[in-house]
Amino acid sequence: MSSAAQVQGQATSSPATAATDRFYPARWALESVVGPLAALLLSAIGFSVFLLVLGKSPTDFFALMWKGAFASTFSLDNTLQRAAPLLLTALCVAVPAQLGLVIIGGEGAVVLGGLAATVIALPLNGAWPPLVQVAMAIAGAAAGAGWIAITGLLRARRGINETVASLVLAYIGIALFNHLVEGPLRDPASLNKPSTYGIGDANMLGPLPGTDLHPGLAVGVVACILCWVLISRTSLGFSMRVTGGNLRAAQLQGLPVQRLIILACLIGGGCAGLAGMIEVAAVHGRANASLIAGYGYAGILIAFLSRQNPLAIIPMSVLLGGIGAAGGLLQRRMDLPDATVQVLEGFIFVAILASETMQGRIAWFQPRARG
Amino acid sequence: MDAIGTVLVAMIAGALRVSTPFLFVSLGECLTERSGRINLGNEGVLVLGAMVAYATSYHTGSPWIGVLVAAVAGALLGSLHGAVCSLARVNDVAMGIAIMLAGTGIAFFFGKPYVQPEAPHLPALPLGFWSGTPSVRSALEVSPLFFVGLAAAVALHWFFRSTRIGLRVRIVGDSADAARALGLGIDRIRLLATAAGSGLAGIGGAFLSLSYPGSWNEGLSSGQGLMAVALVVFARWNPLHCITAALIFGAAGALGPSLQTVGVTKGYYLFYAAPYVVTLVILAATVRPGRSLRGMPGELSIGR
Repeated sequence: MSSAAQVQGQATSSPATAATDRFYPARWALESVVGPLAALLLSAIGFSVFLLVLGKSPTDFFALMWKGAFASTFSLDNTLQRAAPLLLTALCVAVPAQLGLVIIGGEGAVVLGGLAATVIALPLNGAWPPLVQVAMAIAGAAAGAGWIAITGLLRARRGINETVASLVLAYIGIALFNHLVEGPLRDPASLNKPSTYGIGDANMLGPLPGTDLHPGLAVGVVACILCWVLISRTSLGFSMRVTGGNLRAAQLQGLPVQRLIILACLIGGGCAGLAGMIEVAAVHGRANASLIAGYGYAGILIAFLSRQNPLAIIPMSVLLGGIGAAGGLLQRRMDLPDATVQVLEGFIFVAILASETMQGRIAWFQPRARG
Repeated sequence: MDAIGTVLVAMIAGALRVSTPFLFVSLGECLTERSGRINLGNEGVLVLGAMVAYATSYHTGSPWIGVLVAAVAGALLGSLHGAVCSLARVNDVAMGIAIMLAGTGIAFFFGKPYVQPEAPHLPALPLGFWSGTPSVRSALEVSPLFFVGLAAAVALHWFFRSTRIGLRVRIVGDSADAARALGLGIDRIRLLATAAGSGLAGIGGAFLSLSYPGSWNEGLSSGQGLMAVALVVFARWNPLHCITAALIFGAAGALGPSLQTVGVTKGYYLFYAAPYVVTLVILAATVRPGRSLRGMPGELSIGR
């Protein structure tokens, strides 16, 4: 865990030398916004060159992208619907990252959370829908939390590397999911695409009251805010950050490091499991292979792009949701393959991750001796 | 007996076919990790390699040129990972996932026109010529790339053990301080190791599109590139053990389809998960708090 400093989000650790330099907090906040923005601009320029080489117009591309992602109510809904699961899966990475853990197995928690939510809804069919939905949310979050907690346990008790363990467990979880969905839990009527029985139309989560917005969005935003409060405004979060910053110091202070690790994994996994539940309850209505959509992996990148800051996860998820949402329009209007948005995302990820290196290198942003 | 025989033949056939991409990717990952970095981007390299190999084979008519170009494309993508990770404060795990996304994105972007056309495949060696049974004959149709992979494993083992450059890679991977004291260019060596490792992974991708399953489409890879990380743990960072790891993971993956041939259609996903459970057990059994896994390079970020 000595790589903690590298993983630990800068934004959540408060500037230490602020006392002597009044404007440092403002410049520090500016730095964490300017860096990613500059990287975004750079990747947009890089992608424009890519488009020019292919003989396509970059201005058309970005105009269409804006149109397809944010310009109309319809496209905005699409964007936010795509962003919703990412908010939660990114938390599965960002919360354990406060302790210096790199968890990359969120995908397993998503699918098992979705499955657990479906399984609990089946016998409850016919009950009062809000009750069923609450039961589903609890089951989904519990399954995800339990799954990631295995990784936490292995890390805390046996010192097994959490990155490898969570990746391996994700594969085991997906295999378990496939086994159950194609075997014991399969609805015989689902011929082409093996699925479980449906949770029933009455139990589906509708859009947020008074809007067309995806219900997962509210859950995700609330979860991000709660996690931010937990991490940066409570003593529990402070203990997590101390552990992530310096393990030895945390142990000397008598912090319950092992329990903190397991707790962070429980929280993160619970968020990812909830993402699976929402996908089932708001979109698919049943558990099937559509749940294995790579939300877990996208969440890893969003967490790193947000520098593990739960509040920064919100705009980053919306940005990526928007890029995904514009794909269809780009395909129709510019005759570009649907993978175009994936290439653009690749450009953005590489640029933003590389921009990490500039943090703390530009003198103007650094604390000054006297303010 | 008959059913068991059928399953066994089908499994061996499956293992020989399915294990080749595993072998190349795990060898590549092994080389990269021995230099002290982890590259999760090999998943993207695999897909890009498959697309490039198929397209090259289609245009030139020679699948072997396709294999070569796939290796070059893989090495290029790998050197992007190596170069960006050379910058201070860049996390290699996150960068790997970015490369994974970029690689598959680029492959799907340029691969669209090649989903339909038929490209010349790699020839297969008929090692079952001695048998009269057609199922055995077809089971032992082994791709020459499998033997290339075996040779690469032996060569890599020799490279680590007996060559000057191999020793340098190991030093850089085990202790950056020692490497600095010796005046070795740490970032340069890691970049080269990542590029070469991704080159190997690219060949694994070429196998996917030019041998088995033997076509190019977007669902071609089933995550072999990411699994390579587990395989390398399983193999304890030893190239020779990568062969065993690839065969075992390949056989486990082949068990499902081969059970289907005799009418067993349930439960094979659990067999598919078996090697992962074994990997986890190996990790749990051999790691103790405060001590890292035997054979694990000391500089590896996942080893701390």
